[in-house]
Amino acid sequence: MNLQDMQPIIRVEDLHYTYPGDEIETLHGLDLEIAEGSFVAVLGHNGSGKSTLAKLMNAILLPTSGRVYVDGIDTADEDRLLDVRRTVGMVFQNPDNQIVANVVEDDVAFAPENLGVPSAEIRKRVDDALRTVGMYEYRLHAPHLLSGGQKQRVAIAGVLAMQPRCVVLDEPTAMLDPVGRREVVATVTRLCRERGMTVVLITHHMSECVGADRLVVMSEGRIAADGTPREVFSQVELLRSEGLSVPATTELIYELRRDGYELPLGALSVGECAAAIMAAVKGA
Amino acid sequence: MLKDITLGQFFPGNTIVHRLDPRTKLILVIVFIAALFTAVDWFSYGLMFLVTAGCISLSKIKLKTLTKGLKPLIFIIVLTGVLNLFYTTGGKVLLDWWIFTVTTEGVKRAFLMVVRIMMLIMGTFLLTYTTSPIALTDGLEILLGPLKKLHVPVHEMSMMMSMALRFIPTLIEETDKIMSAQKARGADFETGKLTDRAKALLPLLVPLFVSSFRRADELAVAMESRCYHGGEGRTRMKQLHMKGRDWAALALGAVVLAATIVMNVYGL
Repeated sequence: MNLQDMQPIIRVEDLHYTYPGDEIETLHGLDLEIAEGSFVAVLGHNGSGKSTLAKLMNAILLPTSGRVYVDGIDTADEDRLLDVRRTVGMVFQNPDNQIVANVVEDDVAFAPENLGVPSAEIRKRVDDALRTVGMYEYRLHAPHLLSGGQKQRVAIAGVLAMQPRCVVLDEPTAMLDPVGRREVVATVTRLCRERGMTVVLITHHMSECVGADRLVVMSEGRIAADGTPREVFSQVELLRSEGLSVPATTELIYELRRDGYELPLGALSVGECAAAIMAAVKGA
Repeated sequence: MLKDITLGQFFPGNTIVHRLDPRTKLILVIVFIAALFTAVDWFSYGLMFLVTAGCISLSKIKLKTLTKGLKPLIFIIVLTGVLNLFYTTGGKVLLDWWIFTVTTEGVKRAFLMVVRIMMLIMGTFLLTYTTSPIALTDGLEILLGPLKKLHVPVHEMSMMMSMALRFIPTLIEETDKIMSAQKARGADFETGKLTDRAKALLPLLVPLFVSSFRRADELAVAMESRCYHGGEGRTRMKQLHMKGRDWAALALGAVVLAATIVMNVYGL
């Protein structure tokens, strides 16, 4: 499937945003198209404007100037607000502050209840969403007794129950331990690959971007780099100048290249990296 | 230490009392209170005693748990007893000393009054002990539904109540964390005079308040992004259904109330 041929689910045009009361603009004119069914990672350090961008995709914030279109709907159109929000679901950083009910399944039911879905249909959606994130066995548990990764998966299920076409995750792993982080990234990757759902993962962890189709690096309210993870990570100098580290494999190859070895910078996984070095050693 | 707080005091179970619709139970409690206050003498009190005892034994809630609930109210119970003991006239005089007169009627009134208050407390506790707080809020929202026509924000109130209940464990956890952090820096919550301890709590409350506001803000954004737009057009996954047992329980409640009213008329 060629992702470029499809209509973009999210289109951002010359987007400027200034927080009310702030003198300095947070986003300085972004242009971005997110293709339906793709897995896009947005990477940037704190204050790069990546979370602001996420909130603009869900009409939580409205552009100061420029436009954001979700499935062709302008997010500034107040009459279509619910349509925007049911198309693009949003998962936030702190799992505790987005779970609204005392029981897991009641929380997942919250969004479809708000949308006025009939109760039998809600039941079906809730069970389905909980199975998708692998939390069905916990449906009767109290959320505060779950681990961080589990809570975040419940939050994802809560968004899935709306049956959105796109999920935007705003640093969903920032407050999790490594195990929880892996759980969440594996869940969203599966969503995209198996269900064809568009995923926008906002993060500052390099390792979470490796599996994405596309990686957008944000810096100072601008897009600093945009391409496949392979392409972006090979721009080692650029990433370093943005205060971001590159994956250890890329780092190794980059250093070896500086010492004069002929190695491809695109080798991302440990296996690829090892194979590339092996080939170079044999060749030499 | 904060883990010991049990809120809503709900004891899960699967008895008939637990399974009744929360609306039925709410109505029954009101009927129960009305019946208790129409009871006047031994017969009607006897009936109410049987009803209370019956409900308690059906709910399988331990009597000890219920009497524990009476403890904080012991002062009111004793005061009511004492007042009734001395201020009721009629019957044979048992004791006449200085300004105090105790009559047989007084003893009887005092006894009945104390029994009435105890039954009142136990009956209402039975409601919260056998109904989950969420079911209770849902039941209240539906029962008070007609008030929406008078622009009473029933949905908003019940949403606030369930949010508050949802965040109690989270806030307790947070309080524990802040306390530990402050203890690590030498704060002392456990020794000293009461005023000292109260003062030590102040630096605990400030960060708790600040973070609660931040939480509330984030929660509101999260709710909105999940399409929350008030109670209008909202559906429920779990719908409450009145079953046969609910109607039977309500009918029984009506019979008891009717009986106490009849007994009240005849002064039994």
